[in-house]
Amino acid sequence: MASIEEFKQEVRSWVDENLPAELRVGNRRDLPGEPLGRWIQALASRGWITPQWPTEYGGGGLDRKHAAALMAELRAVRAPIIGSFGTSMLGPTLLEFGTEEQKQEFLPPISRHEIKWCQGYSEPGAGSDLASLQTRAALEGDEYVITGQKIWTTGADKADWIFCLVRTDPDASKHDGISFILFPMHQPGVEVSPLRLIDGSADFSQVFFDGARAKAKHVVGPVNGGWTVAKRLLQHERSTDGGSEGGITGAMKETLVDVVKREVGLEAGALADPAIRQRLAAQEMEARALSLTMRRAGEEARAGQTTRDIGSLGKYRWANMVKNEQDIAMTALGSQGLGWEGPGFEDGQLERTRAWLSTRADSIWGGTNEVQLNVIAKRVLLIPE
Amino acid sequence: MGLILSEDQLILRDMAKSFCDEKSPVERMRALRDTRDETGFTRELWKEMGELGWIGILLPEDVGGADMGYAELGIVLEQCGRVLAPEPFVSTVLLGGNAILLGGSEPLQKDLLPDVCSGDRILALAFQEQGRFAPYAVETRATRDGAGFRLRGEKQFVLDGHVADQIVTVARTAGQAGERDGLSLFVVDATTKGVAIQRTQMVDGRNAARIRLDDANVDSERVLGEIDGGADLLDPVFDRATIGLCAEMLGSFEEAFERTLEYLKTREQFGVKIGTFQALRHRAAHMFGELEFARSIVRDALSSIDDGRDDVAECASSAKARCSDVAALIGGEAVQMHGGIGMTDEEEIGLFFKRLKAAEFTLGDATYHRDRYASLRGY
Repeated sequence: MASIEEFKQEVRSWVDENLPAELRVGNRRDLPGEPLGRWIQALASRGWITPQWPTEYGGGGLDRKHAAALMAELRAVRAPIIGSFGTSMLGPTLLEFGTEEQKQEFLPPISRHEIKWCQGYSEPGAGSDLASLQTRAALEGDEYVITGQKIWTTGADKADWIFCLVRTDPDASKHDGISFILFPMHQPGVEVSPLRLIDGSADFSQVFFDGARAKAKHVVGPVNGGWTVAKRLLQHERSTDGGSEGGITGAMKETLVDVVKREVGLEAGALADPAIRQRLAAQEMEARALSLTMRRAGEEARAGQTTRDIGSLGKYRWANMVKNEQDIAMTALGSQGLGWEGPGFEDGQLERTRAWLSTRADSIWGGTNEVQLNVIAKRVLLIPE
Repeated sequence: MGLILSEDQLILRDMAKSFCDEKSPVERMRALRDTRDETGFTRELWKEMGELGWIGILLPEDVGGADMGYAELGIVLEQCGRVLAPEPFVSTVLLGGNAILLGGSEPLQKDLLPDVCSGDRILALAFQEQGRFAPYAVETRATRDGAGFRLRGEKQFVLDGHVADQIVTVARTAGQAGERDGLSLFVVDATTKGVAIQRTQMVDGRNAARIRLDDANVDSERVLGEIDGGADLLDPVFDRATIGLCAEMLGSFEEAFERTLEYLKTREQFGVKIGTFQALRHRAAHMFGELEFARSIVRDALSSIDDGRDDVAECASSAKARCSDVAALIGGEAVQMHGGIGMTDEEEIGLFFKRLKAAEFTLGDATYHRDRYASLRGY
């Protein structure tokens, strides 16, 4: 493998050739479709959407250091970073638990960002207590027939496939009768009903299954042994959150510091409101402390200095941090932050208002803050229950 | 050093831990306090630390130092913090030692530092003149007098000032109290005529001093840094000392947290271990998070000095703001979760609580450092 420096050089010249200026604005929602599509194809041709996956599954075959160098180079030019439930959650889980056939079938399309996946975990009666889920999968020949309901399914209305937790043994104790199964969304017996949230968005859906079909060979891990697979995937999910530096900030039009400076104003070089100044300083320190902590945890794990998993801590602190960022922005904006739409409010202000609302979900989904604290107390601090 | 310890650093940590556990259990600190020991720490133990190379860990070899870095010093301080060792690292190494190392002439360093490394000479930094930390709020005056200066004023909370042999003293050679310009630093021998030292016993069992300077004379060869430009020396000294203090605090956090966790796992009420109550589990988990964040910030701050980075000041304020808050959190929760027993003098957790409160205020509390951080960041 090339030295890191040579590799960085290679990435830089490759990026120069493949990344048009109009895309060098970070992960914005309104990126132009056609150039974005070409960028995704270019990345996929190198395996760089999933740089650490083996090349036989469409990955880049890079080691951790080269992958980190690649990401650093991409971030440095504010390239759109392509990721999905497939790349960050299902893929790593399949690499660990999937059969060779499952890996061959599912990983290459994920690595090319071709198939959109959604996550069928929560149910109306199974939120924090996820293992009490009731969606049934009954074996008929070489297929499972699925009946039940999922909720809070992100992107279900656009998804091609779902990775889903289903109850395959209703008589077993609640953790023991669950399987982790993959099936297509576009089929009879699957109905998606988007949920409008307090921020006006409808990215989440309710999904109803009434006789939907899944191939028996698409159970990942042992039948009735899905809970272990499910938890492992949650760890991938949590480490993705905790590891994302600065949270939502990167996607906003204006940094928090700039918003506060503009709205509150400076007097002799210091923000005119000393209380908000304290909060802003604390927020910046928190963002840095979180990213250092996740980095340290990774380094310690690789050096074999710890076996402790602090993914839950990362998720908990990340959620609080992104919420707090919007709380500070709202305080700075005052009533100007309370606009819903229309004249009288600038785009940047409306964006903050909606982000303040949408980030309320961050301490709820993927395990509520309270669930994360339970996990830390039990699994990290080992306090008997 | 990065965020994690190297093999050599792990060895140093284990060595420092066994040394501290063996030679300096918390009872030793309690005994020094209870007997009103006139030194306030153990001179023999300090010299042993000198022989191990810990006192001069930052100092160059030609003055008897070990020429290592803050990563190593931080490891030692962390272990000292775990057992509440009151030995004068803050006064002699972090404050006085750094002032001489960063601002002293070569002859002055050669004259003073070898005895510091061996543990034979105690240093102090006399800067504070009021309760709250305010580094430039200096009214003490230094006026030129023949070949030297004459110092007049009163200092408070001079850590280990009651036993210091040399007192690095901040005085004003120009300007008014509160101004950054016009400060100068002098190394004053404690036996100088006109220097009156009064020991003050603090809540954490450590000692500081009030020092009256009544026309005390000091030679101009004993000036550190530039006349009127003392703040340029004082700032980096405080940054380094602050980061070192945070490493000590980290050790106290760890120990106080571990003891509290153990209590949650053993204490029974209502027929069950109190650690089964979710209210306590969540608070313990939150504390753990704060402790982990503090550790990351402190490690990063230590390496910012060793790596010669340009963000040492931001790192220092970020570390101390965090550690001051965590001191209040862990100290307070440790006593609360121990319940009534935590209020007794006999239970050691109260000693951690008091040390953490003292450390919280030393070199600036969380509000001070967030304010400073905001200034450094341009808002």
